[in-house]
Amino acid sequence: MTLSDIMFYLFAGSILTFSVLTVTSRRILRSAVYLLFVLVSTAGLYFMLNYNFLAAVQLTVYAGGIIVLIIFSILLTSHVSEKAVVAPLKQQIFSALAVAAGAVLTLMTIFKFAFTPTASPAIESNVQNVGRALVSYGRDGYALPFEVISILLLAAMVGAIVLAKKEKHLDPTEPTSNN
Amino acid sequence: MGFNIYDFTGMTHNMHVSFMEHMSPLMTTIVEWTIIGVCYLLFIALFGLFLVYAERKVCAMFQQRMGPMRVGYWGLLQTIADFIKLLMKELITPKGVDKFLYNLAPFIIMIATFMAMAVLPFAKGLQTLDFDIGVFYVTAVSSIGVIGILIAGWSSNNKYSLIGAMRSGAQILSYELSVSLSLVTMIILAGSMQLSVIVEGQRDAWFIFKGHVPALIAFVIFLIAGTAETNRGPFDLAEAESELTAGFHTEYSGIKFAFFFLAEYINMFIVAAMAVTVFLGGWMPLHFGSLESFNHVMDFIPPLVWFFLKVGGVIFLIMWFKWTFPRLRVDQILTLEWKYLLPINLVNILLMSLVVLTKFHL
Repeated sequence: MTLSDIMFYLFAGSILTFSVLTVTSRRILRSAVYLLFVLVSTAGLYFMLNYNFLAAVQLTVYAGGIIVLIIFSILLTSHVSEKAVVAPLKQQIFSALAVAAGAVLTLMTIFKFAFTPTASPAIESNVQNVGRALVSYGRDGYALPFEVISILLLAAMVGAIVLAKKEKHLDPTEPTSNN
Repeated sequence: MGFNIYDFTGMTHNMHVSFMEHMSPLMTTIVEWTIIGVCYLLFIALFGLFLVYAERKVCAMFQQRMGPMRVGYWGLLQTIADFIKLLMKELITPKGVDKFLYNLAPFIIMIATFMAMAVLPFAKGLQTLDFDIGVFYVTAVSSIGVIGILIAGWSSNNKYSLIGAMRSGAQILSYELSVSLSLVTMIILAGSMQLSVIVEGQRDAWFIFKGHVPALIAFVIFLIAGTAETNRGPFDLAEAESELTAGFHTEYSGIKFAFFFLAEYINMFIVAAMAVTVFLGGWMPLHFGSLESFNHVMDFIPPLVWFFLKVGGVIFLIMWFKWTFPRLRVDQILTLEWKYLLPINLVNILLMSLVVLTKFHL
């Protein structure tokens, strides 16, 4: 067993363990931290594949962005001593069945797929290549997805501002503050 | 084993070859990992302690005091004595904390710090990892550190810690934008994110001279945002001692508190080292176009000395901020970022693109 095999099993093992812990933990912030470990281990796998760009994106977007937002919302809404209630048995059984079905489906797809090792050299993820992929609209170009996601994010931001904005209309029963 | 103070490539290569001769590849990797790990640990512990000493002396200078003078010559051993005291202190775990997360938080911060250290080029050939996305990697791993702060604040089960963590989280999340965008400005000029390539590109002129106006604006923004990223004054309202006792690390004692403290100072070093690498030529000596004799004299100073001189200068600047500016309010901090730094940064990126396109640089 070579060192990279050992590293792979380490990362894969931690992904599996922490995924299970994420859904079984009854303390919500612990779940978020276990999820962080899963995402960081995935980034480790990308680093092992020498796909540094994707690994750094994984760390920035998921670990540094999404997990921080999740933790932030937990900080605002829950207390240290809170524990999630245990779901009723019927719900547990059906969730387990759904998860098992999903796992079987994924495994079948993976085992049926013929993975062919490629001989072509890896494309370097330098600034030039990343920039060209981002603005090109042909095959393997990301111009359209980038624009679509930008519009989606803009809509989400406008929505958030509208929701968070205080309503302007005055309540006649309430005394005004400026006299 | 040839030891050349100007180029460490040969030395590290020779070490690797001689290890390979005597050991199996697996053992070689493990031995090399251990050596690198011990080097980083020693560096972080000693340099962190030195920075704490430097901060106390700088603070004393600004306040017309002497600072620590009793332990060692000019108080040089003061922080080592403090460190031994912290090691001996009892580790108190308050009632009602989430024990697992409470103990995990200092390590998350330390791990993020260690990961960011891994790509810094100290001198030619003295760089552990040289990713093709070096700059992006540093911003990616340093964004994990804030998770440690948030977890520390929440799991302590203390209102001051929680408020401190929330403030610090909001601040770091917003200023991350400015740090990354000012680095993007310089990436446009450098044409690469690989730190060794960036340093090599500054052989004739440092990027702050090469990119003149936009580079200067980016440098100022990077310094402001970098200071905010490390939660240092005037942006230290996350641990404002007059209102929050100590912010997110109120409930930590002994060595766990020391971890937060050390991580803060090493993060300051990382910000300074990134500023030096991207703007001030990294370990490259100061060169002026046609002054041949001057350039030769500068070449004579070893790169490690250059690197630490520049880093020391930037660190002094950051300490200067802390001891001269009053602390900002939370709304002022967010206004500064979202209403001023971010628009200036975006315009600056356009300006830099124009400069690079029209080749209007040195």
